[in-house]
Formats: sequence, structure tokens, C-alpha cells
Amino acid sequence: MIEMQDVYKTYPNGVVALNGISVRIKQGEFVYVVGPSGAGKSTFVKMMYREEKPTSGSIMINGVNLAKLKESKVPLLRRNIGVVFQDFKLLPKLTVYENVAFALEVIEESPKNIKKRVMEVLDLVRLKHKARFYPDELSGGEQQRVSIARSIVNSPAIVIADEPTGNLDPDTSWEIMDIFERINERGTTIVMATHNREIVNTIRKRVIAIERGKIVRDEVRGEYGYDV
Amino acid sequence: MTFNTLKRHFRESFKNLGRNGWMTFASISAVTVTLLLVGVFLVVMLNIQHFTKQVEKDVEIRVHIDLTATDADKEALRKQIEAIPEVGSVTYSSKDEELQKLIKSFGEEGSSFKLFEQDNPLSDVFIVKTKEPTDTVKVAKKIEKFKFADKVKYGQGQIEKLFATTKVIRNIGLGLIIGLLFTAMFLISNTIKITIFARRREIEIMRLVGATNGFIRWPFFLEGLWLGVLGALLPITVVLSAYSYVFDLLHPKLENTFVQLLPFYPFAWQIGGVLLLLGACIGIWGSMMSVHRFLKV
Repeated sequence: MIEMQDVYKTYPNGVVALNGISVRIKQGEFVYVVGPSGAGKSTFVKMMYREEKPTSGSIMINGVNLAKLKESKVPLLRRNIGVVFQDFKLLPKLTVYENVAFALEVIEESPKNIKKRVMEVLDLVRLKHKARFYPDELSGGEQQRVSIARSIVNSPAIVIADEPTGNLDPDTSWEIMDIFERINERGTTIVMATHNREIVNTIRKRVIAIERGKIVRDEVRGEYGYDV
Repeated sequence: MTFNTLKRHFRESFKNLGRNGWMTFASISAVTVTLLLVGVFLVVMLNIQHFTKQVEKDVEIRVHIDLTATDADKEALRKQIEAIPEVGSVTYSSKDEELQKLIKSFGEEGSSFKLFEQDNPLSDVFIVKTKEPTDTVKVAKKIEKFKFADKVKYGQGQIEKLFATTKVIRNIGLGLIIGLLFTAMFLISNTIKITIFARRREIEIMRLVGATNGFIRWPFFLEGLWLGVLGALLPITVVLSAYSYVFDLLHPKLENTFVQLLPFYPFAWQIGGVLLLLGACIGIWGSMMSVHRFLKV
């Protein structure tokens, strides 16, 4: 459960990114976050994995207030939240397997469990056969699937995706969405910031629209709603 | 931290040295060059230090006892001198002993002094050594005021010059070594900063998937340590073999002079240890300083 209460964010350079946001996302929901560029979408999702701290207001995730979370406790929060980016953020010198295993190694999982878990998630994203490949030997869609595998390998309750299909062609984007849906079916909350109108209008989910740092629309089975 | 994690950190640190080959080479070279300079300076400085210590040790105060002093007076004077806190030792030398020393020091021609054996014009002396050579002048001035201390001699004038010179040499050497060390640290932290900058993505991802700052630091800490230690190996070898060569060359020639070099052992261990420790410290320091920028603490 994610609950934001009157969240404001002003960056040190004076830009107001969030201007009073209150929202509640239940465990297991699938939420699109839409809105024009610069409206505050990115800041909104960054708040959830504590990449940014709110200037005021509270953000509760499973009972923990991120606004008051100590810097030393941030790693523990991150272990329960998976994050997927537009640019994949894979390590080029590690294989597919190593990239995914990396997320478990850094939280000091035992080698036996690492192997088991990594193979499980690679199977889920259908990349088991490419475990020994390096990122630059894969297509964009495959790379994104690796990064999704990495984000869910430690079974987080929430997966946050910041424009995960932004760099991908339409066909590949559908593959990625298929994977997100399957992850969501297993009870994982998905919060996805996106510009992809077709996806939002086809795979109908809750839509939160943000403009000028405020939530202007919140519909249970919403539409993309922008003519861009 | 589990054993597996520690193993991972060691493995990672070695892998990273290999992956960043050229940067590793650059960092090690920076350590090598600076430690080479520091090593040479250290050897020279410690030898000068050793030499000045030797010279200073030879400094003594000769207190000529008044001819009219009785044995009891002499004993009183000795007690007075010994009561000065800075005094280390007081040795009595009778005028006959003094004459013998004089005759000996002149060798062949000394025999002409034998005439004086019947009517010795010298006086009995106390030879006073201070605990710290630099206190010599102060102690001598005090003794001068005592009764029955006829003349007090300690190489007036020269001694002050000697101490002033050795002090200047020491300070210059210390300043140079500290300056060199700072240059080394700056060089190394800059080189490592470049290697870490190339790896900021790795650090970013580690932070993203929930690695603690401590966990992120470990491989970098070890990497800095290896860089420093590897960088110290060449300077240690070069400095010590050069010293051994110079020592073998000069030692026989200096045997009968008052200039003495430090013997190779345990000096070699000390220099080796100091250089290794310095290398490790600057390597770790440089690495930690650079990684710090990428961690929010």
C-alpha cells in the first residue's frame, strides 16, 4: 500500500515539481501515471523509491514514512521495491545472468538461492536461453526484459517503471506490457509512468494524470486522454 | 558480513583492477613515482638524523675543578651537578688521568708532555653528559655558578651552531616529506576519481537494488589497498637495493670517521614497512575520497 498525503516538492533551483499530491494505491493495483513532459511524473515516481525526498507531506509505503526515513535505511526500502527505467540501466560488462544476480548479490543472498531465483525470473521474462549473453548482444526489448527480471528478482511488493517502453518499438512494447501484466497477476503493485497512449487505451487500468504538479484526473479504468 | 560476501568483495576488487587496466596502471604509477621520491628522502633524512644524533652524543661538558678543592668539596660539587634534572651522567677524571689522555692523543710527540708528570699543571675534571644534547648550554651555564667549578668548557659557540644546523636540516626534510605525501594523495585520488567516475553507473545500480553504502565501499576500499600496495613494491625494491649498494660502497671508507650510515638491518625492514604502509594508506584514502562523492550519506 502506497499512500501520499499533501506531498510538495520544490527543487533547490526553485522549480516546483509537485504541488500538493494526495493519492492511495492499494497492494496489487496496476496504475498508469500520465501527463505532459515536465508535469511532475518523474518526480512523482522518484518519491516512491526515495530517490527524492518531499519538501513537505508524507509518503507511507507499507507503514513506513519515506519522508522521515533515515538515509541508512533507504537500502532496506529499495529491496522491497523494483525499479525499471527507460534506458534499462544494465551493466555492459556483465552477462544477462550476472546482471540479474547482481541485485541478489548486493543484498547478500546465498549463492544457492541466487542461482535458483535468477533462473526463475529469466524464465518468467523468457530469456533463460540468453543467460550467457552480454547486453549489447540483445535487442532493446530483450534488454528491457533483463532489467525487469532484475527488478523483480528479490520479489518486491512494488515495481515502479519510469517510461519502460519509451525506447522500444510498438511490437516490443506489447511484449513488455505482457510481462508487467503477468507480474501484476502475482500480486505485485505496478506503478508505471508512460507516454504510450495506445497501451494505456488498450490495456485498461487505473490512470492518474498529473499536470503542473497536481493530480488532475484519477480514473479506475481510465484513458490516456492527451492528443499528443 | 558473511564469508561469501567477503569473498565476493575480494573477487570484485581484483576483477575491477583487471577491467580498468589502464587506470590501474596509471594509479599504480602515481603511487610508485611518489613513493620512490618519499623513499629516497626518507633514507637520506634518517641517515642525516642518525649522523647528527651521533655528533650530538659526543658533546660533553668538562668542568675543571678548582685546585684548592678538597675531596669533600669535590664530592659536594658532584652532588650539586647531579642534582640538575637535565644531567645524565657525571664522570670524574683526575689530573693524572687527563695527562695520560693528552699524551695518548698526541701519539709519538706526546712523550714530550711526560715532563709534566712530576708537576702536573692540569686540573681534575668532571665530565658531564646531559640527557638531551640540546640542553648542554643550559646545564653548562648552571654549573659555572657553582663553587669550585673553575672553568666550564663545552665547545662554546660551535655547539650552538651545530644544534641550529641539525634542527634546520630536520625541519626541511620533514617539510619535504609531508609535501611529497600530499602531492601523492592528490595524484592518486584524482586518478582513482576518474576510474570511479567511469563506474558511477555501477554504483547507481547498486544503490537502486538496495546495496548498503558499506557494501558498495568494500570493493573500492580493497581496490585502493591493492593499488597502494602494488605501487609500493617497486619503490621498496629500488630504494633498498640502492641503499644496500651505497652502504657497501661507503661503509668501509667511513669506518674510521665520525660519520656512520645506518646498518642495513633492521633499517631495511623499517623503510619497507613505512613505504608499504604509506602506499596502502594513500591508496585507501584516495579510493574512499572518490567513492564518497557518489554515495549519499
